[in-house]
Amino acid sequence: MPEISRDDVAHLASLARIDLTDEELDHLAPQLAVILESVAKVSEVAAADVPPTSHAVPLSNVYRADELRPGLTPEEALAGAPEVEQQRFAVPRILGEEA
Amino acid sequence: MADLIKRTAAELADLLAAGEVSSVEVTQAHLDRIAAVDGAVHAFLEVDVEGALRTAADVDARRAAGDTLPPLAGVPIAVKDVFVTKGIVTTCGSKILEGWVPPYDSTVVHRLRAAGLPILGKTNMDEFAMGSSTEHSAYGPTHNPWDLDRIPGGSGGGSSAAVAAYEAPLAVGTDTGGSIRQPGAVTGTVGVKPTYGGVSRYGMIALASSLDQAGPVTRTVLDAALLHETIAGHDPRDSTSIDAPVPPVVEAVRNADLSGLRVGVVRELGGEGYQPGVEARFDDALKLITSAGAEIVEVSCPHFTYGLATYYLILPGEASSNLARFDAMRYGLRIFPDGVAEPTAEQVMSATREAGFGQEVKRRIILGTYALSSGYWDAYYGSAQKVRTLIRRDFDTAFEQVDVLVSPTAPTTAFPIGAKIDDPLAMYLNDIATIPASLAGMPGLSLPSGLADEDGLPAGIQVLAPAMADDRLYRVAAALEAILVEQWGGPLLAQAPELEVAR
Amino acid sequence: MTVTTLVSYEDAVAEYDPVLGLEVHVELNTTSKMFCGCSTEFGAEPNTQVCPVCLGLPGALPVANERGVESAIRIGLALNCSIAEWCRFARKNYFYPDMPKNFQTSQYDEPIAFDGWTEVDVDGTTYRIEIERAHMEEDTGKSLHVGGATGRIHGAEHSLLDYNRAGVPLIEIVTKPIEGTGAMAPEVARAYVTHLRELMAALGVSDVRMEQGSLRCDANVSLRPDSQSEYGLRTETKNVNSLRSVERALRYEICRQATLLSEGGRVTQETRHWHEDTGVTTPGRSKEQAEDYRYFPEPDLVPVAPSREWVEALRATLPEPPSQRRSRLQEAWGFSDLEMRDAAAAGAVPLIEATVEAGAAPQSARKWWTGELARRANADGVELMELPITPAQVAEVQDLIDAGRLNDKLARQVIDGVLAWEGSPEEVVRTRGLEVVSDDAALGAAVDQAIADNPDVADKIRAGKTAAAGALIGVVMKQMRGQADAARVRELILERLGAD
Repeated sequence: MPEISRDDVAHLASLARIDLTDEELDHLAPQLAVILESVAKVSEVAAADVPPTSHAVPLSNVYRADELRPGLTPEEALAGAPEVEQQRFAVPRILGEEA
Repeated sequence: MADLIKRTAAELADLLAAGEVSSVEVTQAHLDRIAAVDGAVHAFLEVDVEGALRTAADVDARRAAGDTLPPLAGVPIAVKDVFVTKGIVTTCGSKILEGWVPPYDSTVVHRLRAAGLPILGKTNMDEFAMGSSTEHSAYGPTHNPWDLDRIPGGSGGGSSAAVAAYEAPLAVGTDTGGSIRQPGAVTGTVGVKPTYGGVSRYGMIALASSLDQAGPVTRTVLDAALLHETIAGHDPRDSTSIDAPVPPVVEAVRNADLSGLRVGVVRELGGEGYQPGVEARFDDALKLITSAGAEIVEVSCPHFTYGLATYYLILPGEASSNLARFDAMRYGLRIFPDGVAEPTAEQVMSATREAGFGQEVKRRIILGTYALSSGYWDAYYGSAQKVRTLIRRDFDTAFEQVDVLVSPTAPTTAFPIGAKIDDPLAMYLNDIATIPASLAGMPGLSLPSGLADEDGLPAGIQVLAPAMADDRLYRVAAALEAILVEQWGGPLLAQAPELEVAR
Repeated sequence: MTVTTLVSYEDAVAEYDPVLGLEVHVELNTTSKMFCGCSTEFGAEPNTQVCPVCLGLPGALPVANERGVESAIRIGLALNCSIAEWCRFARKNYFYPDMPKNFQTSQYDEPIAFDGWTEVDVDGTTYRIEIERAHMEEDTGKSLHVGGATGRIHGAEHSLLDYNRAGVPLIEIVTKPIEGTGAMAPEVARAYVTHLRELMAALGVSDVRMEQGSLRCDANVSLRPDSQSEYGLRTETKNVNSLRSVERALRYEICRQATLLSEGGRVTQETRHWHEDTGVTTPGRSKEQAEDYRYFPEPDLVPVAPSREWVEALRATLPEPPSQRRSRLQEAWGFSDLEMRDAAAAGAVPLIEATVEAGAAPQSARKWWTGELARRANADGVELMELPITPAQVAEVQDLIDAGRLNDKLARQVIDGVLAWEGSPEEVVRTRGLEVVSDDAALGAAVDQAIADNPDVADKIRAGKTAAAGALIGVVMKQMRGQADAARVRELILERLGAD
């Protein structure tokens, strides 16, 4: 059975930006392990020479011309925003890249 | 007319065209029905009385002025809350979008508006379309009109229940692994998943981009065909939409015929795990198909047994990425973490997603994040994509021997609300027969096959056709429907218990 | 442990062999964004160039800009890359408020162009730089940090997001490890970025203005004991916003790494941030876990499979390779090798070309751009092309000199005026009153005055010592505040004194 520990789930939750509660972490790990066990069998049958399918229909080269199209007004764009300031989306302080 | 709500969309269209009834009357009749029964059914999350009547009045005026109108003009419709509707709250069944009013229309809704269909409102669904019972809606479950203590299927339980309860003659839903077909089966209605790419996904809140497809939810195959032609077709805003004429599905219904057809029964889609009553109605249908002049051939699609596993790796992977945008920065819910004086954006994101997403959504996001992780990619997501190819090849091989494939749509009839909610895997099994076609991008249709003996609840039979051959689905389904309806002496839905009308 | 004294650069490169890696992002000048029809114009009011797609609204879907793909192919061809027969976009998943979808649509293991090369010249040596790949991706929005010092993210109270830039097409060009540059590493890096800028401008695919962000560079460097050893651990330096910074940042990093290694320490493999004002790099925020981007093929976009016909048609549109162009121009202009090299190093070639086109003689154009103007640019800390004077204006100044209305000294004052935004050369001449006086009557008066005031010098000249005229010329020039043609003054003096 593929191992997926509570710590693994906590790590994944942090990658996915979900602040799971302890209770959720307790529940999720065994549930996920069971699911993973049942899905793990795909690797049995997925031979190296089988090409993957990422698109159900074999389309390619779909483009649009480099032209302007009407978009949203700033009011429309900002309408759903939790907070607006200076016609921009106001968000809490970002931790960012600099130390 | 009191029985306006019992009419099919095709019949209503005829009445409207003949001037025997107005769209306002038809629309009002349905709004009244919603008011009367939706307290119990809870199919709708949002009812747009004003908007619907305004459209209806507008269509009536245009008709009176002698304009040529599209076939379904004036026939009201319900829209699954997964479609973005400009000016109408769109939640996708989630708390994280509570109260969100989109600034744009999805292409499907745009086409409905252009075709003059009054939009009654938005229907309930499993949160972000993840589920097969509508119990994962953040706004409470929808109840099956056949038995209000039972699930209506999912994720599009609201659409199917609305149609089954005569709250709308038509609905449009989405199907990723069975979310139109399976609710259709357990509510005794018709549901279609077109060929992938047949209907635009622009404005359809994405679950699994390579699997999602919009389709008709109706009470008859003809109604589905009419709606199919209204919403389908190429959309330059959707790179994955097919740039080819819509298959002539209405014509196929009118030329419904089973004679000379080779109909394949998939060995792997039946047997263990399938309720005896469901299988019994399926076997009965096969007999009818044979008597109508078709040939039944047993085929084997061995990789279908990996369908569920493949699906539950690809879907969560794509979904975990599609749902990343819900982060409290630009729209939707914003929650601040408890006891943190100056939270960072990252903390607000995490607190919001924790509060705004339900359990099933969280489960699949974590699963998807895992499946895509470096170190696990090859074993999980990468392998699943390969098995998808194998499943597609199984279909291709089968379609060399037969014209269509059939199976029971879902393994069971409607189960009680709460019965499977704590067992995710058991819940996932609801889609075991509908998933393979989704993975391969092939079109599928579910129509009622009858009532199961054990519980007197509806079962469905699923028809599958090769990609782009949606018309073949309709041709077979319409022919079978005609035979079945004749056998029942009327539509199966007529056998559903009358819903108590609220005073 | 604080490092107070760094090893000198000379010692650093004597002791260690630097290996470079450069990642350059080119912002394309398409009319619309990479995946939607919003404008890419720079400087618009915030959130006025957005739509459901580039805002990442639920339900929105991308559609690839054909010109973006075309530019990517042309860039790849100009860098001698192979162009993929079939490739896909991929999602790079991570959370950041300036990325509306919290994934960037990019390319992962299937870049549209790969395995190329290009050559740069530094002081007469040609370096061949191998190109790993060039791929398509989209830009992020811009954040304004409020409440902290100098608008930086550190210490900010909150941030404001403008998504006008989100979705603008970017091409990322990545080199393979650049070896064998030795002590010239920083110069080679600078030359490479300069060369890329020139290429992109010639292709017409980008405005390539580093100060506006349409050309960005991340510089990677590692040190090893010698060219036979394994690569050392490398650092990636960001915020390198000018050609000058490319060179300075690498020079600093090499010294810093050498210092660490010489003291028995180890280089931390990390991202660092360059500070132009203080001339140092500082470490980026150390992350608890390495970011896992969970790349997978973008399901909302279909594969890009450029036909070989299209690729060849685009190849035919490529401009002359810069080295070939430089040879051709050198011959046409009659420059020596050294003159041409200096012009190229200063980034002056396109400017000289434009000045010649505007009517100036090549050597005159060269003298201005590599002389006075290069000095000014250096003093102001900007690139030549950023000076607020156009090639046409330089040609105009030269015209005025050729017409005898300005001398060199006056011309320099005119240029000062143009650079100070006082107007065109003609306008500056007028407002500052800088024109050479060619009126013989006025000149004659000044000459007579000078002669009268300096009888001894005048006698010497009468006696035949024409060289002594220099002193009198000086007096006249001073009297005329330099606004005289020295040659004409000399003529008049000799005339007056009968020594002509």
